[in-house]
Amino acid sequence: MSVTLQAEPFEPGAVLTAFTAGRTETGAVASFTGIARAEAGAATALELEAYPGFTDIEITRIGAAAAARWSLQDWLVVHRVGQIAPGEPVVFVATASRHRREAFEACDHLMDYLKSRAPFWKKEHGPDGARWIEPTDRDRTDAQRWET
Amino acid sequence: MARVLLFGRLADAAGWRERTVEADSLSALRAALTASDAQLGEALAGPGVQAAVDKTILRGDAPLTAASEVAFLPPMSGG
Repeated sequence: MSVTLQAEPFEPGAVLTAFTAGRTETGAVASFTGIARAEAGAATALELEAYPGFTDIEITRIGAAAAARWSLQDWLVVHRVGQIAPGEPVVFVATASRHRREAFEACDHLMDYLKSRAPFWKKEHGPDGARWIEPTDRDRTDAQRWET
Repeated sequence: MARVLLFGRLADAAGWRERTVEADSLSALRAALTASDAQLGEALAGPGVQAAVDKTILRGDAPLTAASEVAFLPPMSGG
């Protein structure tokens, strides 16, 4: 159960290997890696701002709720902040449970939350300058799937 | 007195991210910020902008002390 916000790039494979190690009662680990897109040259960098002490606490609260809902044994979120170049991982989520369905669904749910409602402010830098990005309609409807 | 933090487009609009402002309540703080920069005051009252005092989002007014941290948060975009 951990949330890491970091400015430095990370290697998703190494994070997944460490998360998976030593689990003798975990039947399933699901993971997701989100990568910054170049948008065919339209995006030269992504800039993410977080509010330390607020953003991480909020993600921890959502993670704990997901862990209770899907009976997770463990979960982990790594999220970049600051300037992110196209091709670099932005976000990594891993979930561990006894069976695969819970791990898949909790991972999907956490990503929908992180993409639509988590306290980040996102700016896209391109050849024509920079613009702040608001959540898309698709992000909102994806997040609403979990409201039952 | 309070430490004021601006995030996202609010910081860009104001030209600063962090500043100490003399105010003993959130409403007095909003008035002081508006008095020094009317455009910022308008942006702070805009749709979807939330205020957090000591990292808790509040609606309405709240007393502030010298140790208070007030953050103005534009709509959150997700990562």
